Amino acid sequence: MDTFLGFDAVMLARMQFGFTVAFHFIFPAISIGLASFLAVLNALYLWTRDEAYLRLFKYWLKIFAISFAMGVVSGIVMSYQFGTNWSVFSDLAGPVIGPLMAYEVLTAFFLEAGFLGIMIFGRDKVGPGLHMFACLMVAVGTAISATWILSVNSWMQTPQGFSIAENGQFVPEDWWAIIFNPSFPYRLAHTLTAAYLTTAFIVGGVGAWHLLRGRRENPGVRTMFSMAMWMAALVAPLQIFLGDMHGINTLEHQPAKVMAMEGHFDSHPDGAPLILFGLPDQEAGEVRYSIEIPKLSSLILKHDLNAPLAGLDTIPDDEEPPVAVVFWSFRVMVGLGFAMLGVGLWSLWARFRGRLFDAPWLHRAALVMGPSGLVAVIAGWITTEVGRQPYVVYGALRTAESHSPLGASAVGVSLIAFVVIYFVIFGAGIAYILKLMRHAPERGERGVRVEPGPIRTTGITPQQQMREDGHDMAKEGA
Amino acid sequence: MFYSIDLTVAWALLLAFAVFVYVVLDGFDLGIGILYPFFRKKEDRDLMMNSVAPVWDGNETWLVLGGGGLFAAFPMAYAILMPAVYPPIIAMLLALIFRGVAFEYRWRAGSWLSKKSWDAAFIAGSVVAALSQGIILGAFLQGIEVEGRAYAGGWWDWLTPFSVICGLAVVAGYGFLGACWLNMKLEGDIQHRVRLMARGFFVATLVGIVAVSVATWLLQVGLAARWFVWPLVLLTGLVPVLLALIALALSRSLFADGRDRMPFLLGLALFALCFLGLGLSVWPNAIPHEVTLWEAAAPAKSQLFMFVGAIVLVPIILAYTAYAYWVFRGKLDPNKGYH
Repeated sequence: MDTFLGFDAVMLARMQFGFTVAFHFIFPAISIGLASFLAVLNALYLWTRDEAYLRLFKYWLKIFAISFAMGVVSGIVMSYQFGTNWSVFSDLAGPVIGPLMAYEVLTAFFLEAGFLGIMIFGRDKVGPGLHMFACLMVAVGTAISATWILSVNSWMQTPQGFSIAENGQFVPEDWWAIIFNPSFPYRLAHTLTAAYLTTAFIVGGVGAWHLLRGRRENPGVRTMFSMAMWMAALVAPLQIFLGDMHGINTLEHQPAKVMAMEGHFDSHPDGAPLILFGLPDQEAGEVRYSIEIPKLSSLILKHDLNAPLAGLDTIPDDEEPPVAVVFWSFRVMVGLGFAMLGVGLWSLWARFRGRLFDAPWLHRAALVMGPSGLVAVIAGWITTEVGRQPYVVYGALRTAESHSPLGASAVGVSLIAFVVIYFVIFGAGIAYILKLMRHAPERGERGVRVEPGPIRTTGITPQQQMREDGHDMAKEGA
Repeated sequence: MFYSIDLTVAWALLLAFAVFVYVVLDGFDLGIGILYPFFRKKEDRDLMMNSVAPVWDGNETWLVLGGGGLFAAFPMAYAILMPAVYPPIIAMLLALIFRGVAFEYRWRAGSWLSKKSWDAAFIAGSVVAALSQGIILGAFLQGIEVEGRAYAGGWWDWLTPFSVICGLAVVAGYGFLGACWLNMKLEGDIQHRVRLMARGFFVATLVGIVAVSVATWLLQVGLAARWFVWPLVLLTGLVPVLLALIALALSRSLFADGRDRMPFLLGLALFALCFLGLGLSVWPNAIPHEVTLWEAAAPAKSQLFMFVGAIVLVPIILAYTAYAYWVFRGKLDPNKGYH
């Protein structure tokens, strides 16, 4: 068999798609939340004329610009990944998912890109009203984009509304049924909420960092930490509720995925236990060293302690997803979700006692949890995608029958190129973002593109700028 | 089914339009990267990059529409083409990553070395992206081996002298468009220098156009034959005549002083004609010699569903894209950048 470093072409193509999409996913997850956050900040500034909001807007806009650029370039890769590595899938499923993705481009990508320039560079050129409109369009565009692509993904998980033509192509029969397929509303709500929560924890982590560095009197720092903690306290419980609904929906339509998530190799006719931890062994069909809570799984999934739950023993071997990956990624996601809830509640308690900005252990926890949303999003993505295996279109088209007629070496070499270049490029991007985050938002916060020398922001004279810089540097040195 | 035939043609035209818009828009901003090596001063480079910073990602969105639209309207053609040009596609995507992030990173880099590195990434990314696009065009024109519904050729089939000539021609053409754009956006000494660049790249572009045309004929790519069929020759005969006229007008406007917008507009016309010529060569196939548009077309239901949206949305997109260009119109003030 044709292999490259011990992997066959299908496995390499899966690794390449998984790698490029997981890397890409990070940036939309940030952009969706950050675009809305920026629109809110700008609106608050226009409403209150409080300069602190403008300062925060400019501060996060710089981070947004870098993150958005990384999202754009890693997204262009995705629109070609389908054809390069999954040409059979593209040919067969193209008539159904192609139009949805074309709608994503037409309704979302152009909207975001068209107004992004105005949002970033245009405040003084178009006036505050139109600038606010541009901010809103970018925020709305990110959400529309998520809607279409999650509809596509949901259709691949729970396909309906199609027939199969003689040439093997999926032919759309009912667009309404295709777009609003059974898992779509749950996945959309769960994923969008995840994006907002991810952003909340990034913003909160940055705020916490500056609070720990003794910048308690900086109004920008206070505002961002307070807003982020409100989001965490309100949205984390909502997200756990939405996740539960999504899980129940998955149980109905993709039971094998839930069995893998739960580690249920055996059927339980009178109440299934919740396995907290353990080592799943797919060969032997058991979870070793498991720590279980009796009947809790039935309670969560069926809302009944004694409800029967089928296990993987009812699923043919060649239809089972890889259990260990799904089992662990699911636990990572859920664990982080509850940790986020914990930070949210903690912040409510601190706020209630009037010590929100004076609670170093809360700040330390928020700082550690800063990137937790990103990890949770990727873990959730792995759970749902690996849980769909061995199918690419669930129940209708197998992954192993979908890949391009390419040699393993071709896919392997390009995979290595992607890995190396992504780590260099996005590593640098993350370094630049962290560098921006290291400074607290200051008075006269500079705009996106300011160079020493001839190019400078409007609104501040160079002298002022120098003074701010000096001030800032003195602070850093202290 | 009458309407499905119509829709297939409509989608072919719409996709051709999207690819053309992509080529001219990203053409001039890739061209700026191609011109970068000729401008060594940091202030010049800042200005050049500022001239496209607010619009470049809108420009690249047309590439996503081209790929996504092909996937949706002609999934079989997409499925054949992508594996056939796998290496240059991957090279193009990676190159676009380098140059795309350079827009942001260049301003964030602290040390001299990292600033220089992102400049180099911008140059290399732009050149490799343009070269890959030309090579993909050449590979597409020279023919792709198809068996059943899939690509059946080898790994390196795309690499021929013909595809390399196409690649170089596209680099020259994009450089030319970039210089014309800068001639419109800049003033003073640097405008004088980009104008000189525009002249050089204009000559290179003409050489490229002639070389690709001759090679198409010499290398028996097999597309040339249809050009000389009566009565099609009445239409095809017009293309070279118009091309010559535009080339003449271009050389006049490039060598006469004080023409700011004219060279860019004529450059667009030059690209439009080349594009028309290529379209006439390929029509009515989705994959030259092998698969017709109708064979590759998605079912009518797919095409219709998208078409309804496209006829409403594309004009709206064009309107706000034009507005974004309008906001950032006029000469760049070297003392302000965009802030």
